Amino acid sequence: MQRGWFARRSRIEGLALDEMNDAWVKCNGCQQILFARDFERNLKVCPRCGHHHRLSARERIELLADPDTFVERDAEVVSADPLGFPEYADKLSKGRANSGLPEAMVSGTCTLSGIPIVLAVADFAFMGGSMGSAVGEKVARAMEYALEQRLPIVICSCSGGARMQEGLLSLMQMAKTCAVAAKLHEAGVPYISVLTDPTMAGVLASYASVGDVVVAEPGALIGFAGQRVAQQAQVVKPPPNFQTAEFQLEHGMVDIVVPRKELKHTLHRILRFFTGG
Amino acid sequence: MRTILDFEKPIAELDANIEALKRITAEQGIDKSDEIAALERDRERLLREIFRNLTPWYRTLLARHPQRPYTLDYIRAIFDDFIELHGDRQFGDDGAIVGGMAWLNEKPVVVIGQQKGRDLKERQRRNFGMAKPEGYRKALRLMHLAEKFGRPVITFVDTPAADPGVESESRGISEAIARNLREMIMLRVPIVSVVIGEGGSGGALGIAVADRVLMQEHAIYSVIPPEGCAAILWRDPKRAPEAAEALKLTAHDALRFGVVDEVLEEPLGGAHRDPLAAAQTVKEALLRHLPPLQKLSVSKLRESRYERYRNLGMWQIATE
Repeated sequence: MQRGWFARRSRIEGLALDEMNDAWVKCNGCQQILFARDFERNLKVCPRCGHHHRLSARERIELLADPDTFVERDAEVVSADPLGFPEYADKLSKGRANSGLPEAMVSGTCTLSGIPIVLAVADFAFMGGSMGSAVGEKVARAMEYALEQRLPIVICSCSGGARMQEGLLSLMQMAKTCAVAAKLHEAGVPYISVLTDPTMAGVLASYASVGDVVVAEPGALIGFAGQRVAQQAQVVKPPPNFQTAEFQLEHGMVDIVVPRKELKHTLHRILRFFTGG
Repeated sequence: MRTILDFEKPIAELDANIEALKRITAEQGIDKSDEIAALERDRERLLREIFRNLTPWYRTLLARHPQRPYTLDYIRAIFDDFIELHGDRQFGDDGAIVGGMAWLNEKPVVVIGQQKGRDLKERQRRNFGMAKPEGYRKALRLMHLAEKFGRPVITFVDTPAADPGVESESRGISEAIARNLREMIMLRVPIVSVVIGEGGSGGALGIAVADRVLMQEHAIYSVIPPEGCAAILWRDPKRAPEAAEALKLTAHDALRFGVVDEVLEEPLGGAHRDPLAAAQTVKEALLRHLPPLQKLSVSKLRESRYERYRNLGMWQIATE
C-alpha cells in the first residue's frame, strides 16, 4: 500500500500532515483510500475489495502464533557474499534496514491454537524474500528441528525466487531444502506449506511445492517464470488469472485457498488432523 | 551451415587457408606440405592462446554452440543398445527430455538427458531443450524404473531453462521440478550427472541431483542466464558479458563451490571440434565414478548424497 497519498493530494482540516499519513492508506487492489486503523484491524486485507496486502514476517507470526509463544531459532544465520557480487553488500544492508530483520526468513517454535509447531516465515522487504544460502540454511534447520522434535512444521513463503547474487549456491538451496523435506516425508512429520504473495520460481519449484498440504492466500502471485520471461514465452495466451492462487487451485497445484482472517483457524484444523485423534 | 563464434574467427581463417593449400596440393600436384604444416602449427598455437583466456561470456557462447554435441550424440558414442522409452504415463511425451535403457560397457544403466535440436524443425520439436512438466515426470518415471531393477542412473544436463509457458504452468512445472529434487535425494540407486552444455537453473537441477556431478570444461551452470541477470541488475541485457563474469557460472567455479565433483577436459577448441574425443573423456569418467558408488550400501549411498546437498551453501554467523 502507499502511505502519504494525501500529502500530495489535499489537506484535511485539523490534521497535521504526519497524522494524515498515518491515518490513511491506499489499497493496491481497488485504489480506494482506507482508514489505516480499519485496514490494520482487517489484517491488511482491503475491506472493500478483499485484496490481501503483504504482511511482514513479524506480522504473520503475530497472526499465527499464540501470544508470547514464538521463540526464534537460528537468528544468527545470515548471508555472506560468496561471489563478491556487484552491489550485493549494499542490497543486504538495505534489506536489513527495510525489514528490520537480519535475514529474509524468520524461524522458530510456537504454539498455534495450542498445538506446538515449528514456524518459518519469509519477509518480502528483505531483498524480495529471495533464497540465498542463509535462507536455505534456515529452512533446512527449521525442518531438521521439526524432524528431531517430531513437531509439525508450517512454512509461509513470500519470495521472488532464488537469490541471484549468490549464483549457483542459491540454486543449490533448492536441492538442499528438498533434501530435508524428503527426510520429513519419510519420517511422516507433517509439513504445511503456505504460499503468500508472491511465491515464485526457485522457491515454488523447491520446498514450497512439496508440503503435505499446500495452502495459498487469495490473489497471491504464484508461479514459475517471472512475468517478463513468461510474457516473452507465451505462445498460448495466458488467462486473466494466470499465476494466481486461484489459477494454481484450478490446475490442482494448491489444496486450498484461505482468506487471511480464516488462515489460523484453517491451519489449526489441518494440524489437528495430523496431531489429534 | 557451421556457426563460427567471434573469437573462433581467426581460427576459421587459418582453417580456410589450410583447406585452400590442401586443395592446391590435390588438384595441381604442387607440394605445399611445408606451408600446411606451418599453418597447422599456427592454428594449434592460436587455439591454445584463445582457449587459455576464455572469458565466462565466451564459455557461455561455447556452451550454447549450435555444433556442440548434445545428449543423444553422447548416448550414441558412449553406450550400447540404447532403447528410448517415451512418455510420463500421465499426459504425454516431452521431446526436450530423452531417456531409456542402455549398456555402459557390460553394465545396464538408465540414461536420461535434455535434448536440443539441430535444425529448425527439430529445435521446435525439442522446444530448444526446455522441458515441460511431462519431461520431468518422464525422467522421474525412468528413475523409479532404474530403482526398481537396481540399475544406476546417468543424466546429461543441457537446457537453457525449464519451459516457462502457460501450458507448463498449468500442468505444474514447479511441482514437477520440486518433486524430482525430493525424490532424487532418496533414490536407492547411484546417480551420476554430467553437465554437457547449459546448466540452466531449476530446469537443469530437476534432473541433476546426484551422487557425483561432472561438468565439461566449457559448460556453464547458473541460477539465471547472464542476459536475464543483466536485465535485472542494469536494465540492459547487452551487459550479459559482465553478468556472466559476476555469476561465476564456469565449471571451475562450480568445482570451487562444491557443486561439481570433477571438471572434464574437452578437446582443444571445445567439444564440437572433436565430439568423439569429448565423449571418450565422459565415458572414462563415468566408468571411474560408477563402480565405487555401486559398492556402497543403499543407506550409505543415500546418506552421503543427502550430506552432499545438505552442506551446500556459504553463509555466516552474525557476530553481534
